[in-house]
Amino acid sequence: MENSNAMKTLEQLAQERILVLDGAMGTMIQKLGLTEEDFHPKGMEDHKILLKGNNELLSLSRPDAIRTIHEQYLAAGADIVETNTFSATSIAQAEHECSHLAREINLESVRLAKEACAKYTAMDPSKPRFVAGAIGPMNKTASLSPDVNDPGFRGVTFDQLVVAYREQVEALLDAGADILLVETIFDTLNAKAAFYAIDEVFEERNTRVPLMCSVTITDASGRTLSGQTIEAFLISMQHVPLFSMGLNCALGAAQMRPYLEVIAEQSPCRVSIYPNAGLPDQMGEYRETPEVTARLVGEFMANGWVNVVGGCCGTTPEHIAALAAEAKRHAPRPIVAPVASTHGVDR
Amino acid sequence: MSIPTYSGLEPLRIFPGSNFVNIGERTNVTGSAAFRKLIKNGNYDEAVSVARQQVENGAQVIDVNLDEGMIDGVEAMRKFLNLIAAEPDIARVPVMVDSSKFSVIEAGLKCLQGKGIANSISLKEGEAEFLRQAKIIRRLGAATVVMCFDEQGQADTFERRIAIAKRSYDLLTQKAGFAPHDIIIDANILTVATGMSEHDRYAIDFIEGVRWIKQNLPGALTSGGVSNVSFSFRGNEPVREAIHTAFLYHAIKAGLDMGIVNAGQVGVYDDIPKDLLEHVEDVLLARRPDATERMVAFAEQFKGAPSAEVVAAQAAWREGTVEERLKHALVHGVTDYIEADTEEARVKYVDPVLVIESPLMAGMNVVGDLFGSGKMFLPQVVKSARVMKRAVAYLEPFLAEKKAAQVIGTQKEGAKKVLLATVKGDVHDIGKNIVGVILACNGWQVIDLGVMVQSATILKTAREMQVDIIGLSGLITPSLDEMVHVAKEMEREGFDLPLLIGGATTSRVHTAVKIAPHYSKPVVHVIDASRSVPVVSNLLSDNERARFEVDIRAEYDKVRTQYEGNQREKEYVPIAEARAKKFTIDWNAEPPVAPKSTGIFTYRNYPLKELVPYIDWTPFFMAWELAGKYPRILEDAVVGVEATRLYNDAQKMLDRIVKEQWIQAHGVAGLWPANTVAHDDIEIYSDASRTNVIGRFQTMRQQSKKAPGVPYIALADFIAPQSTPDFLGGFAVSAGHGVDERVKRFEAAHDDYSAILLKALADRLAEAFAEKLHEVVRQELWGYETVRLSNEQLIKEEYQGIRPAPGYPACPDHTEKPELFRLLDASKHTGITLTEGLAMSPAAAVSGFYFAHPKSKYFGIGRVAKDQIEDLARRKGETVEWMERWLGSNMGY
Repeated sequence: MENSNAMKTLEQLAQERILVLDGAMGTMIQKLGLTEEDFHPKGMEDHKILLKGNNELLSLSRPDAIRTIHEQYLAAGADIVETNTFSATSIAQAEHECSHLAREINLESVRLAKEACAKYTAMDPSKPRFVAGAIGPMNKTASLSPDVNDPGFRGVTFDQLVVAYREQVEALLDAGADILLVETIFDTLNAKAAFYAIDEVFEERNTRVPLMCSVTITDASGRTLSGQTIEAFLISMQHVPLFSMGLNCALGAAQMRPYLEVIAEQSPCRVSIYPNAGLPDQMGEYRETPEVTARLVGEFMANGWVNVVGGCCGTTPEHIAALAAEAKRHAPRPIVAPVASTHGVDR
Repeated sequence: MSIPTYSGLEPLRIFPGSNFVNIGERTNVTGSAAFRKLIKNGNYDEAVSVARQQVENGAQVIDVNLDEGMIDGVEAMRKFLNLIAAEPDIARVPVMVDSSKFSVIEAGLKCLQGKGIANSISLKEGEAEFLRQAKIIRRLGAATVVMCFDEQGQADTFERRIAIAKRSYDLLTQKAGFAPHDIIIDANILTVATGMSEHDRYAIDFIEGVRWIKQNLPGALTSGGVSNVSFSFRGNEPVREAIHTAFLYHAIKAGLDMGIVNAGQVGVYDDIPKDLLEHVEDVLLARRPDATERMVAFAEQFKGAPSAEVVAAQAAWREGTVEERLKHALVHGVTDYIEADTEEARVKYVDPVLVIESPLMAGMNVVGDLFGSGKMFLPQVVKSARVMKRAVAYLEPFLAEKKAAQVIGTQKEGAKKVLLATVKGDVHDIGKNIVGVILACNGWQVIDLGVMVQSATILKTAREMQVDIIGLSGLITPSLDEMVHVAKEMEREGFDLPLLIGGATTSRVHTAVKIAPHYSKPVVHVIDASRSVPVVSNLLSDNERARFEVDIRAEYDKVRTQYEGNQREKEYVPIAEARAKKFTIDWNAEPPVAPKSTGIFTYRNYPLKELVPYIDWTPFFMAWELAGKYPRILEDAVVGVEATRLYNDAQKMLDRIVKEQWIQAHGVAGLWPANTVAHDDIEIYSDASRTNVIGRFQTMRQQSKKAPGVPYIALADFIAPQSTPDFLGGFAVSAGHGVDERVKRFEAAHDDYSAILLKALADRLAEAFAEKLHEVVRQELWGYETVRLSNEQLIKEEYQGIRPAPGYPACPDHTEKPELFRLLDASKHTGITLTEGLAMSPAAAVSGFYFAHPKSKYFGIGRVAKDQIEDLARRKGETVEWMERWLGSNMGY
């Protein structure tokens, strides 16, 4: 199977330095003060369900807004920007009755991110920029019952998840995403379905792009929402040839520390972290300053734990700029062996 | 991380020097009768608590096996795993998904967020299937157990064990992307001390196999099901425990990493009494030829009876009546006095047959009961059988005398014959071989067809050898379906021999509920080898058979009634709801195409030459048990040479068939104006005016509950309602005329090979004819298809429209055939007749319907509820009972 060009370049770059991922999309959109109309793509003005909050639709209805956010992060020094596709699957879009738009959202979102990256790569070819197709966890989980009275019930099956993820993966790759990032994983089985779909598509196309995997530890129990410890999670993902494995969302950098340490110690691949800007306050606002975030994540870099850093909920271009500055001062976590080849599958 | 790791909610790591990993077996229906009962009764709450106890008692991995013939394995596995996933105290450990059906393993792994273990895959069905399964397991992120099985069967020697282990390991690491530590090799723990000398090395060969694997296959782990080894001593727990303990001691020293073990059945090696240990290790390590015999004798004392009493009883038994003495001799395997006692009985009973049927069989019945309840071991049963044989041998001259006097009454000569076979798809035969030994000991002639035997071979042999009884054996769950199939075939071919069912997964309930209803002659479940003697004896006795049959029927009727009472309601939607949610076609957007012309089109003596290119060869090889797709199969590493030889022979014969006109092919097709009426019926009209109804087909509709938005399909959905003119086609073809005469000639010359070859080719030609005729219909008669498709596309059915046949999944109702034949006047045009069972004769024949709409597709009806059967009976003007008889296997109630 062929490795994509982006994979070769990224692996080269990752050996040289710590890569910087962008920051929050959702909280940046909130700040724009958009109205219900902004969320209705052309031809869907009369959609019977309120669409405000369905941020992925903005790639269709307000591409300018999304492109601007990407550019802000690139200007701040991000090497990789995530597409606006976190919930762009037929299953996640179903609650807004927008399932039929899933493919189009992915195609458009990659296009917007690629345009922004091309612009910044052209300005400084020595710092190539990459598009990571963001693949979220879905709003239905395969290992938890939504009905407390019927623990054996499941709102979605593995096979249904694979179908929905396939559609997203195919669209992301069709539009030219450089990386696929399965993120905010709170149910390992959903993530397994995503990687199952990815593996199928890779095999069919006989080509692969770098894969990033990012799990969410929900609270101080140190477990995913579906109950796995971080170590058990790492074992569950052993079969996936990953570019990087890491943590994002739910917690700030300070609370992530013990879990990151475990990953840094045990992960055979690169390690990533993109925390929230602290924990939300009583008003639901993220108030951790760029300096604090950069100092906390800077300690992880100094420990030699990480290869990719960035921000999740509440982080801004200022946070990314501070992280990018800090990243320059540290060496990346050393990788013992090229990870993709340890799982080298002769197909 | 290069050490083996698995996960549930928490990790499990196997470090070098880690203790032996104990895999719980209490959630395995084949290992725990209590768990089996819970699953069978749908008592999942209790079943979940069994899993919890296991984890609480220290199981580091739980093995979940729900292979129970009476339940839907995929659904049960999904349900159970989803339930335990909701229990953090259970879900913390990794799950081993255990099934002999890969579909169940796949469904199970799809429920696990952790890294589980598939148990198991093997090379049994060849490399392609092995790699396909391995890839799915890999993609689902699990490790896998590999059984030492290959195309030839189970490895039972050291050499075969390591050869298969290495081949599996190499394939998995080199072709399936497996990390070595995700491969767990199970080198087959088989039962020792069975009394059969070829089993003597089973334990030591396993242990040495493990040692070899650990030294030669770097990283690979080893595992095994431990309790199997001591199976001969079931009922004697102290001895079994000692065997398990000593076996594990040696196997772990050789490198065994994990095993399925009942922790309650393992003790401490050093605590085993020295003399017992010596006997046990003699057996396990095959240290002396008489180890089994000595062990069996030695094991007696552990069964609880005080030895002094035993001695007294031994002296006392000679004082009983002759019946009591014969019974004692049989139960205890004592041959010392058997001739004298038999002679005494012969004088007393006068008729030597009565001696066999009365006191001797009474004794064997006791043996059967003791063995059945675990109070006797296999080697003892074999001994009993030898006593029986001695007795029968003594009686033989008297029997011959009697036979000479009776010869007018019976035409049959020589011993009665029992045919034994392990059914298609199954390779386990140890139990069957034991049954063979025991039956042979008892004076019956045993014809053993071996393993993986096609139903056609069983039936053919039974007929040719004029056997008196057929016994089917199987160990894996899919064999149950195959046994049902054999029973159905026996019925279809009008057999009247009794059918015996045996093997580990078989049960009285399954036999009564699933098999017996398909065969109108006696079907009897034989719980174990010793029981085969009384059962066969009863069934082959002129005096006893009738009474025995009545008893068995009564018993099985009761079992069925109980079972049906226990069945929980299956989920079916009412037929009205299924109709409301039918498969819809937008007839305006995609209107039906009218055929170029309608009516009947006949083809007499169709040129065979034109059919040859349409042959689908893959099923031809399947008929010969050669697995693989044509043409790749010709280069297959395992079967390639044999496949090529067969293919060349087939080509030669095909040439002669065509040139010398061995067989004749006749076909008929009909195209009629048609519309769907009352949802599920298709009305056939004589002409375009659609006023004169000349026929009517009653289609069936899917009824088992589906996800919202998924339609409930019937064939009638592919035909437009009366507002839109539409059309239906039908056909019947045969390439079987002339086959029988030719086959007889071959058989007269003892050339079975050519006879079978010809039949297989005739079948292929009939299928090719169906394919060709469908093409003619699509391109010329109906004329909606304009491009010519390649043969490969035809095989893949890449054309518009379908040709479903009555008796197949989309139309399981065979009773549609007479109407189809009537409309086509098929018997007149093709010479095909319908048998009483609505099978077509000659056999090389195909009939069915043509649906032309682009939305029409193949599907399966599956099971339906009673309301539909009742409705169908009403629509056909038949009784519900009649309908149920034809649709037995589709009844979801």
